[in-house]
Amino acid sequence: MPPITLTPAAVSRVKAVLFCIALLPIARLFVLGFLDKLGANPIEFVIRSNGTWALTFLLITLTVTPLRKFTGANWLVQMRRMFGLYAFFYALMHMLSYVWLDQWFDWAEIGKNIAKHPFIIAGLSSFVLLIPLAATSTNAMMKRMKRNWQKLHTLVYPIAMLGVLHYFWLVKKDITQPVIYAVILTLLLGMRIVWRLRQNTVR
Amino acid sequence: MLILPKSDIAPSDITPREVYQERRQFLGMAGGLALAAALGGLSTLAAANTRQKFSGVIPSKFGADEKPTPYKDVAGYNNFYEFGTSKSDPADFSDTLRPRPWTVSIEGEVKKPKRIAIEDLYKLAPLEERLYRMRCVEGWSMVIPWVGFPLADLIKWAEPTSNAKYVEFFTLNDQQQMPGQRSNVLDWPYNEGLRMDEAMNPLTLMAVGLYGEQLPNQNGAPIRLVTPWKYGFKGIKSIVRIKFTEQMPVSSWMKANIHEYGFYSNVNPDVDHPRWSQATERRIGTGFFQKRQKTLMFNGYAEQVAQMYSGMDLRKNF
Repeated sequence: MPPITLTPAAVSRVKAVLFCIALLPIARLFVLGFLDKLGANPIEFVIRSNGTWALTFLLITLTVTPLRKFTGANWLVQMRRMFGLYAFFYALMHMLSYVWLDQWFDWAEIGKNIAKHPFIIAGLSSFVLLIPLAATSTNAMMKRMKRNWQKLHTLVYPIAMLGVLHYFWLVKKDITQPVIYAVILTLLLGMRIVWRLRQNTVR
Repeated sequence: MLILPKSDIAPSDITPREVYQERRQFLGMAGGLALAAALGGLSTLAAANTRQKFSGVIPSKFGADEKPTPYKDVAGYNNFYEFGTSKSDPADFSDTLRPRPWTVSIEGEVKKPKRIAIEDLYKLAPLEERLYRMRCVEGWSMVIPWVGFPLADLIKWAEPTSNAKYVEFFTLNDQQQMPGQRSNVLDWPYNEGLRMDEAMNPLTLMAVGLYGEQLPNQNGAPIRLVTPWKYGFKGIKSIVRIKFTEQMPVSSWMKANIHEYGFYSNVNPDVDHPRWSQATERRIGTGFFQKRQKTLMFNGYAEQVAQMYSGMDLRKNF
């Protein structure tokens, strides 16, 4: 199958469409909120929704490179930054909904929760590590940092692992959902390990 | 203390008649709207109307001075893994449960094993309404007007022998009626246990209804346990078997994770779940901008139950 090639104008259009689609999860929360349809525990609903979408966008970001390799559609790489920033955006909303709606900025209680509960430490570390990636996501920073940019952005792997771990540790008993995320992440990371090993043997 | 003794004043004495009638008019209007909605295809409303109301229920002997959680939340946000692990699964998928006919078998350390039909359980003792707080181990809570009778009355009828130190309860085990049992998320059938003094405590209720009506399937029809000073999962639902034992029973949640769920599972803000805090709780149905509230020792029922645990290390016996 020949690779799908797109003109720069078409790439922009695809990007604009994906940009809007990626806003749907947060738009949905507002709509459900106004309709009073967030269920019996609306705050938990909002926190969970933002959290799962942060994780989903992280995995989508990590899918770009393999998909590009398999299809030869190089324009896909131009979507990657946007997906990554959406992962950061939903992670930020996830954090904010916890700190604001759930805890009402009760920093003493939040501090206690962080110190005592591993699942929060995992989630918080994942979020903190995302900050430098979001901050260095501009073209200018990419140019300025050169090879260091690549190095810094390999942080996305531990970030994704910590995010999945966070999910695993928080569920009470039914681990179906976190297992799905873990399996996909393992596949995505596994592919990269295989490529690296092959590269080394070719040399 | 939050538990108030029964008051001699009937609600009808407090509410002026005009207001009362106005409310009825409003309810009538609301009923009309509900009918319109039902005609519009919301058949769940129609189904809800088929639940029977209990008559002659004795007004609350125990009551939290708190606002009851709206019915739609009490019957719409449930943990009942026999129908799925999401909170909406029980309300969505518990139609398969057939709460009639229903019998409960009594066995173990008793004079002689017996069986009792649900209709006879209704007559075992006068049915009371009790407004109890319910605190889930996950960190949320409700206030529920149960209809039921003291477990103590059932135990007296069951005639346990002097060897009986514990009471163990079992949920129905039937994949046809409870499709969630096809998944091995817990060790089926669900079982729970109480020490004899806990079981005999006047707070311990066998609930057969809520909001004056028979229990909806998702809340554990036709009969369930309610121990308001313990985490919600102790309140085993859809009970078919009660066994008196000499040894401490091992519950489904203890089998699932002995480090996280102990036999007692008393509500305790000072002993966290290994993975999350138990210091505060979110009251369901209080809206988007309501803060979490502090969890009370024994869920606010210390006066009635604390003496049963005096001298026990509640950190060890969690």
